[in-house]
Amino acid sequence: MSDQQPVSPAEAGLEIASSATTMPEGVRELEVIGVRHGAFSAQDGGDTSGFGGLVAPIVMPGPTERPYGEWFDAAADEIELALADRGLPMTTAVEKVVVDRGEITFFVRREHLLAFASVLRDEPALRFEMCMGVNGVHYPGDAGRELHAVYPLQSVTHNRRIRVEVTCPDADPRIPSITSVYPANDWHERETYDFFGIIFEGHPALTRIEMPDDWPGHPQRKDYPLGGIPVEYKGAEVPPPDQRRAYT
Amino acid sequence: MTTDQSIADEGIVYEGELPAEDPYALSYETGQGTVYTVSGGDWDSISSPDEGERERIVVNMGPQHPSTHGVLRLILELEGETVIDTRCGIGYLHTGIEKNMEYRTWTQGVTFVTRMDYLSPFFNETAYCLGVEKLLGVTDQIPERATTIRVLMMELNRISSHLVALATGGMELGALTAMTFGFRERELILDIFEMVTGLRMNSAFVRPGGVAQDITDDQVARIRETLPLLRKRMKDTTNLLVDNAIWMGRTVGVGYLDLAGCMALGITGPLLRSTGLPHDLRKAQPYCGYETYEFAVPTEDTCDAYGRFLIRVAEMQESIKIVEQALDRLQPGPVMIADKKIAWPARLSIGGDGQGNSPEHIKEIMSQSMEALIHHFKLVTEGFNVPAGQVYSAIESPRGELGVHIVSDGGTRPYRVHFRDASFNNLQSTAAMSNGSMISDVIAAVASIDPVMGGVDR
Repeated sequence: MSDQQPVSPAEAGLEIASSATTMPEGVRELEVIGVRHGAFSAQDGGDTSGFGGLVAPIVMPGPTERPYGEWFDAAADEIELALADRGLPMTTAVEKVVVDRGEITFFVRREHLLAFASVLRDEPALRFEMCMGVNGVHYPGDAGRELHAVYPLQSVTHNRRIRVEVTCPDADPRIPSITSVYPANDWHERETYDFFGIIFEGHPALTRIEMPDDWPGHPQRKDYPLGGIPVEYKGAEVPPPDQRRAYT
Repeated sequence: MTTDQSIADEGIVYEGELPAEDPYALSYETGQGTVYTVSGGDWDSISSPDEGERERIVVNMGPQHPSTHGVLRLILELEGETVIDTRCGIGYLHTGIEKNMEYRTWTQGVTFVTRMDYLSPFFNETAYCLGVEKLLGVTDQIPERATTIRVLMMELNRISSHLVALATGGMELGALTAMTFGFRERELILDIFEMVTGLRMNSAFVRPGGVAQDITDDQVARIRETLPLLRKRMKDTTNLLVDNAIWMGRTVGVGYLDLAGCMALGITGPLLRSTGLPHDLRKAQPYCGYETYEFAVPTEDTCDAYGRFLIRVAEMQESIKIVEQALDRLQPGPVMIADKKIAWPARLSIGGDGQGNSPEHIKEIMSQSMEALIHHFKLVTEGFNVPAGQVYSAIESPRGELGVHIVSDGGTRPYRVHFRDASFNNLQSTAAMSNGSMISDVIAAVASIDPVMGGVDR
């Protein structure tokens, strides 16, 4: 492993992605978020397994073409109409739509998140009254879109669930706060700020909520170490969890 | 006594400047005015408000306080006994469970999630496992018996959780008999948990693909024997409170939050149902075959702490009905998915020391089948790969919607797991319920939310 040329995730991933000949139906392009080397996560030892040369892209489910199936098409139509009423074309607000495992995800551009959220809440045919919070995900390999904020929403009226995902680059981690539309997201946005460093602009009091106020760093980011100390057990030393050899 | 008297008689009152030698009771000037630290016995000296200014003090209640339902810190702005503003300080029980799970296999994750909301471990486990199974696309392959056992354990857990809600809620409002009764009946259920899983709490019993251990006929019979006693004692406990004038005086009309407030704040569970909306995920978006069980969703329309109490009482009765139905429909069969690439290979049995692996299984892998040993080793050390993607799976925990957002990058370990714990979200309503009320009502309001700080902070 040590004499191997380092390959940037995006480079290696895209290379392999473009050489892939089979893509799932309805998928336009592969969503590469990173690349995996070898069979084990720990890279400090020598390559005794022979699997060290393995390079595999990490591919998330790609965009879905219409028809989405179930009630998803009707809901997407409603969103499109409502956005058009507000002078916002669907293609401007929504980056892509992913239908995977029976769940629909709208990837919304961050500058249009507030308009999108109010459409979801206010349109009678949509009526997603409840936002079940926001969760951050850090994809260091997804260049320019490293930080994702994922909002699960629920409509009690129509008994439906929908997911909105917003991305922002690590260099400019700003996403508008939707607490003005969904006050429930107050603490959830604080939590996501605490753990990922995403700044929710317009939040009434964006402070840390779980970690102490003076804590350095944002612990749930992938570049933040887990921490831990080696433990001695019956004469042998067990390394902390993030330094143990693991299978990826 | 005499010493105190003499001090009062001599008129020794700490006025203005506090003695410099008392390091625990200092006062200092800030941009917000003078800040006093009260060390006891010196209240009179600092409680006189400035002329023309209303007396407003900020009181830190908790995190170490017997009435704040765990390590919850309430920051109360008070004018006399009236609460002007309420803020919650949380994070005292943050243990980094979500981060830790990213460094363990999918199955090991169960051991972590069971420790989040420590009053409803089976709900945490089931929500997580349903999410993992959805990611794997094996939801349909979970054996019927495993699903029934999950329902059985969850409903027993709902009763034990509600019992603690009544017990601690009662204790916080001064009804100590309710506490001793509630905890006593909870023991009956914890005994069942111990019998079935080996542990009273944090059992890590529900695993991706099924459950860790089958339930024996003997155990089923003992659960059946326990139910009548549980029913009788639950009645005793609730009779203590239902028509209790003091209890009603403390809870009726207290902690008011209507439907609009609940919707805006994302409130679910008994709080939402106390506004009259019969929203229960077991009915609305059934999982684990809840659509095949007969039970009612109790609601009240009082929007107050008393209504929530009544709902919890009624829900316990409904849960007993579900437990009986689940026991009736337990058919012999596997309790782990047939897919050998996912199913946990180990079998457990009680050895001489009260714990341990099944001797038959150890004999098989150690002396009969090399392939079985390799398979066991691979699954236990490496785990299984979960196809890349993300899911959100939600179940109805005793406190409301317990949602789990799981992201997989195709590896043997979760890429990101986030729990949308109902307590975390519902605790946001403390201010809406408490502002303008008396301090004593804050306690009743928080007790009616029934937050579990292990779930709030994770």
